[in-house]
Amino acid sequence: MRMNGAQALLECLKNEGVDLVFGYPGGVVLKLYDEIYKSKFPNILTGHEQGAVHAADGYARATGKVGVVIATSGPGAANLITGIATANMDSVPLVCITGQVASPAIGKDSFQEVDVCGITAPITKHNYLVKNVAELPRVVKEAFFIARTGRPAPVCIDIAANVFNTEIDFEYPEKINLRGYTDENPCDEKAVAEVVTAIEKADFPLVFAGGGVISSNTSNVLREILDRLGCPCTSTLMGLGSIEPEREGYLGFAGMHGSYGANIAIQECDLLLCIGMRFSDRVTGKVAEFAPNAKIVHFEIDPAEINKNVQVDIKVLGDLKNSLPLLRDKLNASETNFKQKFNSWLNLSVEKGNKHPFSYKTDGDNIKPGALISKISEICDKNTIAVTDVGQHQMWAAQFFKVQAPRQFLTSGGLGTMGFGLPAAMGAKLACPEKNVVLFTGDGSIMMNIQELATIADNDIDIKIVIVHNFILGMVGQWQRLFYNHHYSASELNLKRDFIKIAEAMGVRGYRLTKAAELEKLPEILNSKGAAVIDVYVPQDENVLPMVPGGKRLDQMVLS
Amino acid sequence: MQKFLLAVLVDNKPGVLTHVAGLISRRAFNIESISAGYTEEPSVTRINIVVSVESENELDQVVNQLGKLIDVIKIVNLSKAPSIERELVMIKVKATKEARADLVSIVDIFRAKIVDVTSENVIIELTGNERKIDAICEVLSDYEIVEIARTGAIALSRGPIPVKKM
Repeated sequence: MRMNGAQALLECLKNEGVDLVFGYPGGVVLKLYDEIYKSKFPNILTGHEQGAVHAADGYARATGKVGVVIATSGPGAANLITGIATANMDSVPLVCITGQVASPAIGKDSFQEVDVCGITAPITKHNYLVKNVAELPRVVKEAFFIARTGRPAPVCIDIAANVFNTEIDFEYPEKINLRGYTDENPCDEKAVAEVVTAIEKADFPLVFAGGGVISSNTSNVLREILDRLGCPCTSTLMGLGSIEPEREGYLGFAGMHGSYGANIAIQECDLLLCIGMRFSDRVTGKVAEFAPNAKIVHFEIDPAEINKNVQVDIKVLGDLKNSLPLLRDKLNASETNFKQKFNSWLNLSVEKGNKHPFSYKTDGDNIKPGALISKISEICDKNTIAVTDVGQHQMWAAQFFKVQAPRQFLTSGGLGTMGFGLPAAMGAKLACPEKNVVLFTGDGSIMMNIQELATIADNDIDIKIVIVHNFILGMVGQWQRLFYNHHYSASELNLKRDFIKIAEAMGVRGYRLTKAAELEKLPEILNSKGAAVIDVYVPQDENVLPMVPGGKRLDQMVLS
Repeated sequence: MQKFLLAVLVDNKPGVLTHVAGLISRRAFNIESISAGYTEEPSVTRINIVVSVESENELDQVVNQLGKLIDVIKIVNLSKAPSIERELVMIKVKATKEARADLVSIVDIFRAKIVDVTSENVIIELTGNERKIDAICEVLSDYEIVEIARTGAIALSRGPIPVKKM
């Protein structure tokens, strides 16, 4: 069919099943937006391109589908960078479409020109500059394929303005032809057999689930494996939701602000089954003394993650979709009674964990962050998607919100991007309108993309925004309190900002809770229809505990 | 530090050398030399990289990270296979009348070539492995070297099997 490049791009998106894009128009994408207008292609206009890319990220995390964002050249594209890096660190599939100045103007420092491929190379799985419309369908097909398969990640397509105006005979390619990339990630059967033998020989095994379990949609298989093994288990921050919190032997998440039980179990176990994780420094503590007694097994799709941070004893390369079912079947075929064998170790780990559970002290009538999040967790139904920003509230949310299922805890883990939460929550709600979405943010983080309140109001996006308002950049303040002599340098927020007024000015309802007794209002607010900002005052000097200080072993936690 | 020569076959596309070189530098690996050129297949470029690494483990990291680039078709560590390694150097040396005879004999001993002569300079061309090239540079340092251009090492495996089939 004869059509111009802009129409062709939209046809490509339809072929990829894209039902919604987040984008912001501008000079070189005017032709594209004209076709979006004419074809009524659903586009959410955000307040800022960073909001658009985080929203696409939230959409992708909540569904597993590829999130799509559109921005114009130059500043539009540059504003995507933080969001692309955020998605890249957390292995989130995105296709980022940016306009570029027209082909003859490239390289001349033209108006609103920036080298998108140059800037995004380190933070994408792949990127393309399209100067010829004939390449466009193939490039879009490849971009979605690359973003979605293997270890998911963002892909950028930078499209010269003239491409949108040029006509082609549109045909969407059926096949992908990439010599240097395949979506086949078979698992090494021999390695899985080796793992089974290691489990049979182990006395104190621990299962450690990462974000890979969530992105590969294998949480059900993992849970079957845990049923069979009956050994204790933990997850990373990114793995929250892969294991149900009520499971016997689930010790909570591990790492810098992870649970006492999980961190101790990692240091004590003799076999650590690491599944779809990358041994981030937030997870390992002092890396040389991470899991010192354990044989470490690493199930992983990305060969470059093997032995990158931690030397492993058995590697199982391949997609968890292939390796976990095989592990399950081989364990089921084993004659060992794992449950019986590991039962006392499971009880011991749980008992140890129970000595120092996540907790908060109640004193006076102020609202403790832990109490707030626990209360909200009780009120929310099992399908609620919790989204966080970055900082203390993020860790409290991870500690006290009971994440029941995969794709229901959306957080910027790797990059730690403040400002991620509000747009990501918006994207998640648009992706899953039938689910409730609650955002935990801070008085610091919310300010970084607060313009998206207007987007939420304009599009009637029903999310509940809980501001854990402590009048300080809390995590910065915590480190200053602990390691910098209480010098609250550039971290106090004793300003006159009024989040209710801001919310109302943007078209969103606002509530303020300042005393513990007022938490009783939460059910009514959370169950009400329509977006709402809930500004909750909490004490300024609360620490997130436990805490593994930088450079310390996981068992050297600060507990109080 | 150990040095390894990697033969990296990549799609002949714009920007691919940037992707490869950028990846190596941002992962803080050390490149000793890098060179790229066309091959027997028009759609394939061969990039020859000499990396210096602390350990085999670090080398695995380099190879695995490079392998993640979509444009990279194949990576072979030619330092581990029987192979022939060569580098080309051109050295411009100040050649006074008195020095010229000495320079000619040095060139003979190294089986190098003089490829340009002016009243003031000669340009010496030499092909060889890194050690040989370092050696001539050292000998010539007694004379006034005006400038040096080196290509960095390239290599081919011995025997009938090309890198693409390894």
